[in-house]
Amino acid sequence: MKRVDLAVIGAGPAGMAAATEAAGAGLRVLLLDEQRSAGGQVFRNVDAASEVRDKVLGQDFVVGRKLTMGLAHRDITHVTGASVWSIEDRVVRFVTGDEAQEVCAEHVLLATGALERAMPVPGWTLPGVMTAGAAQIMLKEAGIATRDAVLVGSGPLLYLVAVQLLRAGYPPRALVETQTRGDMRGALIHWRAALRGWRYLQRGAAMLNELRNAGIARFVGAREVTLLGRRRVEAVHFRCGGTVHELASDTVLLHHGVVPNVQAARAVGVPHRWNNRQHAFVPEVDRWGRTPVEGIWIAGDGAGIGGAQVAEQSGRIAGWAIAQALGGITLEERNARALPLISKRAIELSIRSFLERAYPPYEAALVPEDEATVCRCEEVSAQEIRAAATSGCTGPDQLKAFTRAGMGRCQGRFCGLTVTRLMAEERGVDPDEVGYFRIRPPIKPVSLGALAALHDPNDPLEQVGGHD
Amino acid sequence: MKPDSRFELLEPDVPHVAVHFAGQSYRLPEGANLAAALLAAGVKVFGRTAQRGVGRAPFCMMGACFDCLVEVDGESRQACLMQVREGMDIRRSGQAQEGPYEAR
Ligand code: FES
Repeated sequence: MKRVDLAVIGAGPAGMAAATEAAGAGLRVLLLDEQRSAGGQVFRNVDAASEVRDKVLGQDFVVGRKLTMGLAHRDITHVTGASVWSIEDRVVRFVTGDEAQEVCAEHVLLATGALERAMPVPGWTLPGVMTAGAAQIMLKEAGIATRDAVLVGSGPLLYLVAVQLLRAGYPPRALVETQTRGDMRGALIHWRAALRGWRYLQRGAAMLNELRNAGIARFVGAREVTLLGRRRVEAVHFRCGGTVHELASDTVLLHHGVVPNVQAARAVGVPHRWNNRQHAFVPEVDRWGRTPVEGIWIAGDGAGIGGAQVAEQSGRIAGWAIAQALGGITLEERNARALPLISKRAIELSIRSFLERAYPPYEAALVPEDEATVCRCEEVSAQEIRAAATSGCTGPDQLKAFTRAGMGRCQGRFCGLTVTRLMAEERGVDPDEVGYFRIRPPIKPVSLGALAALHDPNDPLEQVGGHD
Repeated sequence: MKPDSRFELLEPDVPHVAVHFAGQSYRLPEGANLAAALLAAGVKVFGRTAQRGVGRAPFCMMGACFDCLVEVDGESRQACLMQVREGMDIRRSGQAQEGPYEAR
């Protein structure tokens, strides 16, 4: 089996920075990523983007090229289109197309980033409804703009996508925002963080200005959000103040924040804790990115949401720490490089707490109403989950047997946190006590043919056994 | 002719190639993300759910939700993780017929 010093899963800002620093310190690095080019979601396809796209997406996108440039190092092997489906005893298994491969890595860094937080309002599974991030990815990846969209939810990304669509020549129809003016006032009380985040505030204000000048309607403090339609979405229903609105729309973009993508971390057994401010489970990592599981490290949004800049910083820090663990650099060298960055990161993270208060997730989608579908794959409603919880189902794993929630092809990626919250609420306990689905490999689909090709049928030492 | 779609190519003057989707032929920008290109070409439903047989279309565009699942040349694949190639034979995944439907 091929051996490397470090396998990095994910080529976003954290993964790229870590790979660059580790290779710079003499490590042989394998960088695995599902996309066709480096960048992650935030810098998706950044190297291929054109003049038109650069203009629409702006400077914050274009800077990603600095990171992708760092990957041109002879000790970094970047495999594109690679889905990692198992990490066990330092063996990383992945598929590219329908070919399976495995590699033995001294250390593994999970840089799997974030997922958009599920927003289970009634009707969110209808065709014509996507995440706002998905619309942005289409811009970055394919230069395709979404026309006449209604954006629903809260957070800076909602404004950013709206502005980018506007600049692309396809202004959205309206923004239906679920945060209230009280949320912003409450956040401003934490003036220290707000002051540090003034750049974000300023940028946010500029974006709102741009939307206002373009005459795009904004509804702030929206409640009772429901997406209506039969075969596809037809309208957005909501209440704003005392008025009930129904905006006709066949294209709805949802967003109310992002959460760590912890599928791989869970599968390798890293312990997780509920984070009340992020409304999500966050893996246990120290400031270097080290987890309690030997040889497993996590950097970037997958270790707790911090945004692209924090992800890059964490990637570098972990890259140096892993290099030190393998003797590539000394402890003194590691500290001299990493400690200043750790302080910078702390400042950047404090801004985050301001943003989390100013743009909280939409409460009614954290604990959805009965008729909302929670598990998209198996089509299980909030009501069915509540009913299971009251009839003696104690945890998410048991719930699978009761309702099939979390058993579909996305493996709970879009329902896991909602299931935990719903069950915690019903039972009157903490999310930590309820826990999460148990995640087992394969964490990405892998065909039997690809698996069979991995094994040498003449190997007398090979034990054949199935996954349970 | 401009397809009936809410998705617009910012740079339409790129080479297009022919693919088949659900028995119809489409011309899509070569090398473009397959899910995005199909949406831009006017495809509204990519597959149907196993339980209720209702339509689904790409939701996350980042390989996580599996609502873009289609059959490409006989293999079940996520369209948002693929690029357009000449002559692809793409089919909807899941049940063929439309199920009863209510939004929820
Ligand atoms: S659109 Fe979600 S996996 Fe492809």
